[in-house]
Amino acid sequence: MSRPRISALSLCFGILFAAGPGLAAGPASSAPPLLERIKAVSREGEGNVEAAKAWKELVQIGPRALIDILVALDDADPEAANWLRSAVDAIAERALAANRPLPAAKLEAFVKDTGHSGGARRLAYEWLTRVDTGAPSRLLPGMLHDPGSELRRDAVAMAIRDAQKLLERGEKNTARDAFRKTFAAARDKDQVDLLAKELKPLGVEVNLVAHFGFIQKWLLIGPFDNSAGSGFAKTLPPEKRIELSERLEGKKGMPLRWSEHTTTDPYGTVDLNKALGKHMGVIGYGYAAVESPSERPVELRATSNNAVKIFLNGREIFFREEYHHGMRMDQHVGKAKLKAGRNEILIKVCQNEQKEDWAQNWSFQLRVCDALGGAVPLKLLAEKPTARPVEGGGQ
Amino acid sequence: MKRLLASLSLCLLATPAIGDDWPQFRGAGGLSVSDETGLPTKWSATQNLRWKVALPGRGLTNPVIANGRVYVTASSGYLESRLHVLCYEAESGKKLWERQFWSTGITLCHPKTCMAAPTPATDGERIYALFATCDLFALDAKGDLLWYRSLSRDYPTVGNNVGMASSPILSKDLLLIQMENAGESFVVGIDKRTGKNRWKIERKREINWATPILLRTGDREDLLLQSGPGVAAHDAATGKQRWIYKGGASNLASPVAGNGLIFAATGGVTAIQPSANGAEPKVVWSSNRLQSGYSSPVSYRDRDYAVNSAGVLNCVDARDGKPVWQQRVKGAYSASPVAADGKIYVVNEEGLTTVVETGDQPRILATNPLGETILATPAIADGAIYLRSDQHLFCISERK
Repeated sequence: MSRPRISALSLCFGILFAAGPGLAAGPASSAPPLLERIKAVSREGEGNVEAAKAWKELVQIGPRALIDILVALDDADPEAANWLRSAVDAIAERALAANRPLPAAKLEAFVKDTGHSGGARRLAYEWLTRVDTGAPSRLLPGMLHDPGSELRRDAVAMAIRDAQKLLERGEKNTARDAFRKTFAAARDKDQVDLLAKELKPLGVEVNLVAHFGFIQKWLLIGPFDNSAGSGFAKTLPPEKRIELSERLEGKKGMPLRWSEHTTTDPYGTVDLNKALGKHMGVIGYGYAAVESPSERPVELRATSNNAVKIFLNGREIFFREEYHHGMRMDQHVGKAKLKAGRNEILIKVCQNEQKEDWAQNWSFQLRVCDALGGAVPLKLLAEKPTARPVEGGGQ
Repeated sequence: MKRLLASLSLCLLATPAIGDDWPQFRGAGGLSVSDETGLPTKWSATQNLRWKVALPGRGLTNPVIANGRVYVTASSGYLESRLHVLCYEAESGKKLWERQFWSTGITLCHPKTCMAAPTPATDGERIYALFATCDLFALDAKGDLLWYRSLSRDYPTVGNNVGMASSPILSKDLLLIQMENAGESFVVGIDKRTGKNRWKIERKREINWATPILLRTGDREDLLLQSGPGVAAHDAATGKQRWIYKGGASNLASPVAGNGLIFAATGGVTAIQPSANGAEPKVVWSSNRLQSGYSSPVSYRDRDYAVNSAGVLNCVDARDGKPVWQQRVKGAYSASPVAADGKIYVVNEEGLTTVVETGDQPRILATNPLGETILATPAIADGAIYLRSDQHLFCISERK
């Protein structure tokens, strides 16, 4: 009598093992409803408990859930995206530790499909390269203009290395062409700078302002009062409307007018201490009108270690009230949509009253680019301080 | 006075060690002290190195250790876009799991620091990893994600452009984090099981990198918040303020407690004695000798120690602040000194650890170079010292 009982138990365990841990632990079998529960997470921890349960079930499904999760990343918000990417990592890591295969062909197909999000494709690529070390040399050469920032960065890095090898072999003309082609594709500042440096001794001067889409010609006005930081939150006249012929009252009653300013800095930096005079506890505005051939989403990316606000067509699209804590290109990003035709860009740059040497900087740079950081086609409109704009100014 | 201090020392203690673990920034209670003995004095790339593993990115975070597992965080990628939580087997250095995440908050920081600046905390079952991006993750010991908060989504202006660094700590069923910065500044008590806020209090919008500590009186735990204006104690369970010391304090170094006193980092150290009735604490002594720059002081066996930016290790009497000795130790320091086994371990930014025997006179027992940049405070657990450089995690132990 005992033998059949043992056999039944063995059979039972055998089924459980064959079915995988998902069946052993519960009902997990289909990824989509679990993905929806994870994507429902919201502010201040709302939905976390449900997401954690779904995450566990999702991971238990194993490698067959990978592509579903990657696809789900396409429209996931940044918070849900981190839940999903960690599920991908957990599944792939545990599969490899158990000597179970990853679906390499499906991962590669996903990487190649530029209709998916760049982050998801790069994640798929990372696991693909763990099981297929030949993938980088096979895939990256075709990704120089990839819409995903990380994959494009990898492709640019590979192209730079290849061009440097050409140079080492004395093939100057071929190397120069390769560097040029790579420069056109590069979006990250460190890679762009490196390529500009490589191209210079080869007789090629690059235009960084044009490459990044920095606005070089501005109309400036200031200083307005920002004593004790009081001006940052105030809506001062340039924020209400742009009237270039108007005289305004600045700090301590100082009469102010708009003035033209063209920066020669290779990264389009406007030094307001030089352009508007050295002041503390003040505000300066930079204004530019641009013409876009079409309606399109853009990013207005600014750099400043002063407190800033960015406006597009009279609407505030970014603010950061922080002084002298560091600068890095593109540190401030306002996302918005350009209209077809004329658009008005305004940046408010607030200087505080710190006395330290490192707190004297009052400057900004601003560029208009796509989500990847590439300059977008724009025409800078030549408006003059003495002339009224034809279409009435700010909204 | 002595009797009062003695009685206070019995009831006013930073939270005690969890066995031999090192569960948070500067170990149990944030004291930088371990009860471990038999720790190595000398080591190098070939001597007393139990294991060494390569890390995927930089970090100023000390490893945290519980139940035979070592957890460490790192950040990497262009513009610090990638966050890592890693788990290793303490005995062998075998990587058990790694989880990567995308940064969702500000990634700009001073070049010296990075997004892996706040040290994680663990209760042995779970690891709570906060990054300078204000991304906060709770994972279990197997690497399962339990909850996640993008605090920059919850509070959009939180963060700063120099880099956040205050580390989370645990009090009973709450995770406590001090997020003081140029944007939305607050301290929050988060339910460690659900990730939801239990309480949240506003703080001054000023940058602060100090990590809080807990003070325990019986069953009550008070959260000690140090920042530029001074030191405040809040009920850890509710966030309600109990008392405040307004004498000013450091926004870099973190406080410690011992001998019935709170040693607030104030440029030097100011020893304050809290009152039972909520009145402003009394200053017992103050010492400019204990300047500590980026690192924090340590209180060990009735002596307080701090290493200053000029590379001088100072020792004062913890009871009255009177100088005991000074010892020059080579280099610049970001890591805090740690104490164990009758020794003070100070690790300079070039990865050189000077081991100083404690006593009435200092005695340098060894100087141990590893030749890599180390900004993280060492961790001590299970007879081993863990050092984390920009590239590697080292386990130093006489036991193979």
